[in-house]
Amino acid sequence: MKFAVIVFPGSNCDRDMYHAVKEVAGAEAELVWYTETDKLEGVDGILLPGGFSYGDYLRSGSMASTSDVMHKIREHAAKGKPVLGVCNGFQILTESGLLPGALMRNKHLSFMCHQEELVVEDNQTFFTSLYEKKEVVRFPIAHGEGSYFCDEATLKELQANNQIVFTYKNNPNGSIENIAGIRNKQGNVLGMMPHPERAVEELLGSDDGLKLFKSMIANWRDSYAINA
Amino acid sequence: MKKVTVYITLKPGVLDPQGKAIQESLQSLGYQEVEDARVGKFIELQVEEGPNIEERITEMCDRLLANPVIENYQFDLEGVK
Repeated sequence: MKFAVIVFPGSNCDRDMYHAVKEVAGAEAELVWYTETDKLEGVDGILLPGGFSYGDYLRSGSMASTSDVMHKIREHAAKGKPVLGVCNGFQILTESGLLPGALMRNKHLSFMCHQEELVVEDNQTFFTSLYEKKEVVRFPIAHGEGSYFCDEATLKELQANNQIVFTYKNNPNGSIENIAGIRNKQGNVLGMMPHPERAVEELLGSDDGLKLFKSMIANWRDSYAINA
Repeated sequence: MKKVTVYITLKPGVLDPQGKAIQESLQSLGYQEVEDARVGKFIELQVEEGPNIEERITEMCDRLLANPVIENYQFDLEGVK
């Protein structure tokens, strides 16, 4: 499986993401500068890393969502290929309309940077199949605008379609229904505020994130084997 | 040229932690009468006059300036000499 890690001006978790999938999970990966849209041909999975794309001007992720590379990523997602957005990547996915809702200022306004316990609400997804259902994992969070919000109708739809993939045990930012990560209806786009790529080795304080990348690689291999 | 003033506000019911912090700070300065504060954005554009100007500004608001999931907007148009 070949991943592209998209690098925007202001991305700062791109190398962590690259390290996690390539050096630790053992997949092919390439850092792709946001103007190099032709490099996405032949890529299997797209990874949108954390950081502050375009300095988070106007709203987090809003400027990046209008870039040419996002049009390519929309096409990629429409074909059912996997897209993972973490932190600023999640903000870009909601701003692009690839995922519903919005990410707002944390309830207590402060930027938070520490480990949080999450619950894997759904392990029947492309991204979480190696976890147990309701497994508690520890991932770092590092955000100032990570409070997930959506209207009542959208929330009901998320619940009805099992689109809530991760929740916080101790909701640190005021997210609706403790939501930490959601997927799209089709199941090939996942957005989450916590950082699985910073939890792939015990040295980092947790290696709970590794199973997320390994799930993606294993599920890709399975679907490829079926198609081949 | 037209001057466009766009006002963006959080939808009613959407938690506004920045507004809350401002309200609490005002109260701590002794302004107990402040019952609520909401923070919005104010954007000024200079736009060449042309057909469908209002429609085009509405489109700009929907596509970029405001996030319709959480924000409402309104705008004023005025001529610039």
